[in-house]
Amino acid sequence: MTRTARTPIKFFSVLSFSLVALWLLIAAFPFLWTFWGSFKVQSDFFSKADWMYALWGTNTARETGNAFTGSGYYGAWIIEGFWKNFLNSGIVVFFTVIISLTFGTLGGYALARSGFRYAFWILMAALVFRAMPHITLVSGYLLPFFEWNIWGYLPTTIIVLVAMNQPFTIWMLHSFFLNVPKDMDESAMIDGCTRFEAFRYVIVPVMWPGVITTGLFSFLLAYNDFTVTVMLLSEENETIIPAINSFLGTTQVEGKVMYAVAAVVSVTAPILVLILFFQRQIVSGLTAGAVKG
Amino acid sequence: MILFIAIPIGSAFVQSLFIQHDQVLVLSKNCGPFGCRETTSVDIEATKELRQDSPLGKFNGIGTYLNRSHLAFAEVGNAWAVSRTFSGFLKEVLDLPFYGALMFTLTYTAVVTPLVLLLGLAIAIGVNGLPNIIKGPSIFVSLLPFLVTPLVGSLILFWMVDGDGIIGATIQLIFNDPDLSLKASTGLTWTMLIVYGIWHTLPFSFIVFYAGLQTVPVDTLEAAEIDGATKWQCTVYVVVPHLVPLITFVTLMLLMDNFRVFEPIVSFSAEAHARSLSWIIFNDLRESGNPLYGSAGATSILTIIGVIFLLTPVLIRNWRDFKLRRL
Repeated sequence: MTRTARTPIKFFSVLSFSLVALWLLIAAFPFLWTFWGSFKVQSDFFSKADWMYALWGTNTARETGNAFTGSGYYGAWIIEGFWKNFLNSGIVVFFTVIISLTFGTLGGYALARSGFRYAFWILMAALVFRAMPHITLVSGYLLPFFEWNIWGYLPTTIIVLVAMNQPFTIWMLHSFFLNVPKDMDESAMIDGCTRFEAFRYVIVPVMWPGVITTGLFSFLLAYNDFTVTVMLLSEENETIIPAINSFLGTTQVEGKVMYAVAAVVSVTAPILVLILFFQRQIVSGLTAGAVKG
Repeated sequence: MILFIAIPIGSAFVQSLFIQHDQVLVLSKNCGPFGCRETTSVDIEATKELRQDSPLGKFNGIGTYLNRSHLAFAEVGNAWAVSRTFSGFLKEVLDLPFYGALMFTLTYTAVVTPLVLLLGLAIAIGVNGLPNIIKGPSIFVSLLPFLVTPLVGSLILFWMVDGDGIIGATIQLIFNDPDLSLKASTGLTWTMLIVYGIWHTLPFSFIVFYAGLQTVPVDTLEAAEIDGATKWQCTVYVVVPHLVPLITFVTLMLLMDNFRVFEPIVSFSAEAHARSLSWIIFNDLRESGNPLYGSAGATSILTIIGVIFLLTPVLIRNWRDFKLRRL
C-alpha cells in the first residue's frame, strides 16, 4: 500500500527540487560567467572557437602572460574615468534617499493617522503615479528644464528622482505606520505632548525598521535608474548606468567591450553586498502590503 | 508629490498640443547668365528667433494625436478600406509606429505576467520544501536578477546570447547554423526580450509567494492530509486558494512593471524589431538636436491613459474596500 501511495509524492518533490535547482542555476550562472569573464580578454570572453577558452583564459594567457587580467577594470576606471561617474552616482543616491525618506516619513505618518477622504485619494494617486512609466514624466520635465537652464546638473536630477520615488515611499511608510498602534501616540498626547513631540519621541524610535526597508528600495531605485539620468544629465555629470550605456555606444567597435564588462561587474558588486547584509529587510519590503492582502 | 508629478504630466499634455515650428523659408531670385531661377532657402536666423520666442512651438491642438505616428485614424481607416482580409488590415496597422509599440508592450505584458506567476509559485513551493540550511542561500541567489540594474542585467544576458557568446554559440551549434542570430529576426528578438523579462521579474513573485507560504495554516494542511489528499491535491486545493490575495497583488505589480518595459530594448539594441511605448517616447526626446516634445508628449498622454485603463479594476476595488471600512 505504501509503495503505490508514495510514488506520486516522490515524483512531485523530485520535480519541484529539480525546478528549484534549474532556477538557481539560471539565476546565478550569468553573473558568475560575467564575473569570471571580466578578468579575461575579449577573445576569451567571446570565445566562439571553444567555450573552454573562457574558463581557462587561453588567449588571456597568450596576450598578457597570466590567465587573469585586470585590464578591463583598469580601462574602465582609470582610462574612461568611471570613478567620476561612480562619485556622481554616490551623490545622487545619497541625497535622493535622505530627502525622499524625510518627506516619506512625515507624509506617510500624516496619511496613516488621518481618516479623511482625501487621504484615500492621495494614496490612490500614489498608486497610479507608481504605475506611470518614468519616461512619460521625464518628457514633461525636459522642456521646462531646458528653458530654465537647469538641465544637466545633479541637483535637478536628485529632485526628479525624489519626485518619482515619493509615491512609493509614502505608500510603503503609510502601510508601515498603520501597523504602529495608534494608542502609542495618543497616550503620549494625553501625557501632554504636542502632535509633533509625540511623533519625535514616540514614533521616531520605533520606526527604524520600516524606514530602513523603504530606504533600501529608494536606494535601489536611484542607483538603478537609467531613464531619468540618461535624459537629464549632461555627459560630464553622468551617473554609472548611463555611463555604461555610452561605453557601449562608443566602444563596441574599438574592441573595448571588456571595459563595459568590467564596469558592469563593478556596478553589480554593491548590490550584491546590499543583498548580503539586508536580505531580511528586502524580503520584508517586497512583501509589505502584500501579505496583508 | 502633486507638485512634482502632476505638473510634469500637465506639462507633457500641454507640450503634446504643440508641434515644432516650420522653418522660415525665404524665396529668393537667383539671376545668372542662364536666366533667373527661384530658390527657396531656410532663413536660419529667423527660424532660430522664432524658436526662441516661443519654445513650445506652434499650437497644433490634437493634431499630433491624430497624425501618422500616433493614433493615425486616417491611416487606420485607409487600411480598413484597402485591405480585404482582416490579417492584411492588421499587418498594415501594426506597421504604424504607435500600434506596433502598443502591440509589443501588450504582448510582452500578456506573456510575461502569467508565466512569472506560475513559475514563481512553483519555485516558491519548491524552495519551501528545501532543508533550512540551503533556504537562505537560495533566496539570496534568487534575489539577484531582480535587484540588479535592469540595464546591467539585460547587458549581461545580451553578451551571453551574442553570436560569439556562450549561449548564442551553443544555440548555433545545436541548430547547426553558424549564421543564426537572435538579434536578426523579429520573432527571436521578441522571445529573447520575453525570456529576459521572465528572468528579471520571477524573483519578485517568488519572494512574495514564499512569504505567503509561511502563513499557510498548518492545521488545514494536516486535516487535508489525514483526509487522504496527495501533496499535489494539497497544493491545488489548500495552498493556492490561501494565496489568492497575493496573486492579485503580484499580478497588479507585474502588470505595472511590464507595461513600462524599456531598458532591455536599449541594451539588447532591439529597437529594429521590438519597440515599446516607453521606447518611442525616449526616441522622440533623443532626436538629435531637435527633440520632438510634442510627439513625445502625445505618446506619454496616451500611455498614461493606458495605465489608468489597466488599473481601473484595482482602483474600483480599493474604493469599495475604503467605503466599507468607513461604514
